[in-house]
Amino acid sequence: MAAGAPKQRPGVIGAIWPHLILLPASLVMLLPIAWLVVSAFKSADDFFSSLFFPVDETGALALDRLTLDNFRRLFDDVGIASAIANSFFLSCTLAIFASLACAAAGYALARLRFRGAAPLMVVTLALLVVPPPLLLAPTYELFHRLGLLDNYLAILLPGLAPAFGVFLFRQATIQSVPRELLEAARIDGMGEIGIFANIALPLLRPMVGAFAMITFLMMWNNFIVPQVLLHSPEKMPLAVAVANMKGVYYQDYGMQMAATLLSVAPVLVLFLMLQRDFVSGLASGAVKG
Amino acid sequence: MKTSAHIHRRERRAAWALVAPFAIVTAVFIFYPLYRSIVLAFSQTFGPGATEPAGWLNFRMTLTDPLFWVALRNTALFTLGSLFIQLPLALILASFLNRPDLRGRTVYRLVMFMPQLVGLVFAAMIGGVFFAKRVGAVNQILHATIGLDLDFPWLDQHVTISLILIALWLYVGFNMVYFLAALQTVDRSLVEAARIDGANPAQRFIHVVIPSIRPVLTFVVLLSFIGSMQLFELPYVMLNGAGTENRGLTVVMYLYQQAFVAGDLGMASAVGWLLGLALIAAAALQMLVARKEAA
Repeated sequence: MAAGAPKQRPGVIGAIWPHLILLPASLVMLLPIAWLVVSAFKSADDFFSSLFFPVDETGALALDRLTLDNFRRLFDDVGIASAIANSFFLSCTLAIFASLACAAAGYALARLRFRGAAPLMVVTLALLVVPPPLLLAPTYELFHRLGLLDNYLAILLPGLAPAFGVFLFRQATIQSVPRELLEAARIDGMGEIGIFANIALPLLRPMVGAFAMITFLMMWNNFIVPQVLLHSPEKMPLAVAVANMKGVYYQDYGMQMAATLLSVAPVLVLFLMLQRDFVSGLASGAVKG
Repeated sequence: MKTSAHIHRRERRAAWALVAPFAIVTAVFIFYPLYRSIVLAFSQTFGPGATEPAGWLNFRMTLTDPLFWVALRNTALFTLGSLFIQLPLALILASFLNRPDLRGRTVYRLVMFMPQLVGLVFAAMIGGVFFAKRVGAVNQILHATIGLDLDFPWLDQHVTISLILIALWLYVGFNMVYFLAALQTVDRSLVEAARIDGANPAQRFIHVVIPSIRPVLTFVVLLSFIGSMQLFELPYVMLNGAGTENRGLTVVMYLYQQAFVAGDLGMASAVGWLLGLALIAAAALQMLVARKEAA
């Protein structure tokens, strides 16, 4: 520390001027979210007469005009509660199963000796370049043949073990699951599956957390797959249900913003609670990969 | 000897059990659809199920369809905007954040990273109102500050720039985090040596910092290119389709319309392969460049 310390102390100007860029940039980044939050509580009239909080005829702040009406109509008339439940169900289910499947495969590819390991690894890397839209039409055809259109299995099954997850867990295993520990457990007579579940998985916990959260997010924000493979309006997750509101309530800005706020709030709250693990997990997988 | 062979057999069996979910899911839901997409691309299809071989017909139809070229032009313009506006901004923000003594670093990083979580569909919902005439925040702010017309038609006439701005908001922080991680690995003594040799900050950045982070730089460019070329949800949800005069039509939206509006899975697969090959070529190019630099 001391040896590498800079020779010249940055002055007051040096300490302040990055903030002159970063502070306005941060405000710009926050503006749409702040605006979204306020808009969700505004009536249609106030939408036209004020940018942020509603004002009365004299131009004075009129906070009493903020209303829960948009949310009330979302639950009563649009039935958004079921879309919220659908989104939670799909995202949680996929996050749990995809984390387990990817952790198992990534661990096996990194630490177990079997003849398929090398070719599987090549396949995993090759799959990273397949663009998802290419699979859209044939996936639809496949589930049509299987009779699984409008069934949640069609949404969940293809996402169960994404190649990039297997790759991330392979890297994490190499980094944080020492071979000696596994050998010791083998000598103690522990079974291979037991070793994975009781020794490797706990060591992989940070990556499990980060990957579960990424998977949750990707499912929560996924639009095209449920839009194509589901038909019944009552089965739709938020992403599709909210997007479809634009067609029906295209002038009802307050309600659109209320629905959007309901959709992004859980994700933002979850992220703020877990952000430390999330960002570091993401960065470790991304940069060292 | 026997025990060791026994252990190995057990290990092999366990390995296959652990990779089984991945292997099965990949075979059924990736490889089989990939194979079918090749068959479909060379077939004339009538909804799912009825096909008949058609040679290169779908590719010819796609490449001679003026609408496909509109889609490609829109997508390419958006991609150029993402690469040449968003990535330099992300790099600049990252270099401002890359000061160990900076106060509030974590908060800045958090704030810039956050929009990413909103996701494309919900960003499109926000964008649709944010850029709307009269009620939209963009027009209200620009009207109050520079007197722009409250009815400025962002979403009718200036779709691509609106999309670039929304994508910038969504992803600049994500790319910034990559760049920041790369900048933190730059050897300080190299930068210091350049400073002593009289290089100014801009010269130090271009001649010392950029070459040291080049692997991450090319990787981020590739990721950004691949993501941008697949633009779909943002315009589709924001404009409720392709928008006025197809100004929001993209390649993936063209594919989607072929598959699920026209019901032509063959055409959609041909478009998918044209896109896929372009992206794979870009990835191969990046690998080639990376390998050449490593050597």
